[in-house]
Amino acid sequence: MTSAMRIRTLAATSLLVLLLAGCVGKSDSSNPALLALAPENTSSELHLPEIQGEEHAVLTHAPNVPPPITRDHATRVIVEMQTEEVVLELADGVEYMFWTFGGQVPGQFIRVREGDMVEFHLANLPNSTVPHNIDLHAVTGTGGGAAVSMVVPGKEATFEFRAIKPGLYVYHCATAPVGLHVANGMYGLILVEPKEGMPEVDHEFYIMQSEFYTAGAFNAPGLQAFDLDKAIDEDAEYVVFNGRVGSMTGDNALQANVGETVRMFVGNGGPNLTSSFHVIGEMFDRVYGEGGTAVNQLNVQTTGVHPGGSAIVEFRVDVPGRYTLVDHALFRAFNKGAVGILEVTGAEDPNIFAGQTNMADFAGTAEPLPAP
Amino acid sequence: MNRVIPILLAGFLLAGSAFAQPQGMVLVRGGAHTPLYTGVTEASTVNVESFYLAVMPVTNAEFLAFVRANPQWRRSHAPTLFVDDGYLSHWQGDLILGTAQPNQPVTRVSWFAASAYADWANKRLPSTNEWEYAASASETSRNGRSDPAYTRRILNWYSRPAPNPLPNVGSTYRNYWGVYDLHGLVWEWVADFNSGLVSSDSRSNRDADSKLFCGAGSVGAADFEDYAAFLRFAYRSGLEARYTVPNLGFRTAMDAPVN
Repeated sequence: MTSAMRIRTLAATSLLVLLLAGCVGKSDSSNPALLALAPENTSSELHLPEIQGEEHAVLTHAPNVPPPITRDHATRVIVEMQTEEVVLELADGVEYMFWTFGGQVPGQFIRVREGDMVEFHLANLPNSTVPHNIDLHAVTGTGGGAAVSMVVPGKEATFEFRAIKPGLYVYHCATAPVGLHVANGMYGLILVEPKEGMPEVDHEFYIMQSEFYTAGAFNAPGLQAFDLDKAIDEDAEYVVFNGRVGSMTGDNALQANVGETVRMFVGNGGPNLTSSFHVIGEMFDRVYGEGGTAVNQLNVQTTGVHPGGSAIVEFRVDVPGRYTLVDHALFRAFNKGAVGILEVTGAEDPNIFAGQTNMADFAGTAEPLPAP
Repeated sequence: MNRVIPILLAGFLLAGSAFAQPQGMVLVRGGAHTPLYTGVTEASTVNVESFYLAVMPVTNAEFLAFVRANPQWRRSHAPTLFVDDGYLSHWQGDLILGTAQPNQPVTRVSWFAASAYADWANKRLPSTNEWEYAASASETSRNGRSDPAYTRRILNWYSRPAPNPLPNVGSTYRNYWGVYDLHGLVWEWVADFNSGLVSSDSRSNRDADSKLFCGAGSVGAADFEDYAAFLRFAYRSGLEARYTVPNLGFRTAMDAPVN
């Protein structure tokens, strides 16, 4: 279903239609997805749904996700977001002048429905030092909205785009020098929910990885300046989830109960490092690779999330305990901050995981191994 | 502030002389300048003629003298065609600074207002190339771009919150030419703020603009590491002539006699 949708929207180019027709022509009956999409993809016209009514988007800070969209029609969605330059903690005792969408890193999660017309208001706070704008990867149009949303301090720009293609997309500031704006924290996720909706789950979480290049070494206290040389060398002092060390540990740990299903919308703001996203002690039952709308793999241990890219992972939690979210490039996790916790509460099930059943002494083998 | 008018008058008188340096200005000796952006058909290096540049940005007190002498530029009079709603909104009234300090740089002035001030003072706004040329000097060298400390100082400005209230003019540093505050106090209008990326062929404007976004910003740039210059060009490209911004002021310039 979802793969059909994704490809259908691409089929506006006649070339692709020809390619698809070729695939179907081979009568590849083992691939129902391809067969299913064939009839409705012979048209190169884009059918945009009628816009009915309007509403204000609910924006959430990580790790929260706006509620699923229950509407069965397209509407005008008004998104109001502001850019703020704020000093926040990057780790305990370590401060950084973050450039943000909405006052936190990552920026607020936006959720719209496939076919919606998005009326986007971007305001830059008057006390900002620099201009900002937004490039949403969900925009079909030049610059992703960057040029038309440029705002100097104290201005608000409005632009509109049609959310044609469902998927989970990164947005980011694209004002020159874009690397600096992104390195300072200007990114977030926008979900264009397929018009059929997504399967119901018990919990949805918003997780975004990114790295920071500070003048001081990891955990050096005080207000830290951006280090351009380290950024160019991709030599990050911090690799974190949701904008700071410890955003999802201790009291901030994500919570779920045994038997519940969890969906994580995972993004990577970069600016440089690809995430090897992994949850220690779990497999992802389903992965919507690269943030697209098709489940492209089942039972995944580690999924790659590119800078400026995303993935959606879903899994059921069956065993109580603490599950550690990491970038499995492990020195990032244990030396630079890329750690989060999912705490699962509920009854043990020894049929799945029995815990430790014995511990015995071991003195090594008595006889040396025979020579080869 | 009463002192300001005699100083400005003195400036007019001295400006008439081919040899005297105008009051409050220094000579920036001309030379080769490599702009951040050049079109494919343009030379990558331009020659900047010698010019006079104000040592300090224009202050609230100086701008107050201007609006006193030019009622049409008072906050309640200035036409909305030339200024937006924020024009001098941090002053208490048309002719009352209130909490704004006399020696703070004036901000929340449009390009039109800044240009009118410069006309009134018998001066002009510096061009982008002049401003960038003067501002590329460090404390000790006319070209600071190769000095890592120079870029670091500018980037550090953006790494901490803007001081509130805004410091007085002259509070940052004095560069090679004897000019203060080119970096680290406020942004400054330049005469051609909106044409820095525009070549003579207007059809290419869009392409020039697009250089400011995403990876395209690194194509055609003179100095890949001149992040601070990228910031300034981006800032200027976000402006319109009637905009007023809380951290945007200006300083004046004059032609220098050809010797």
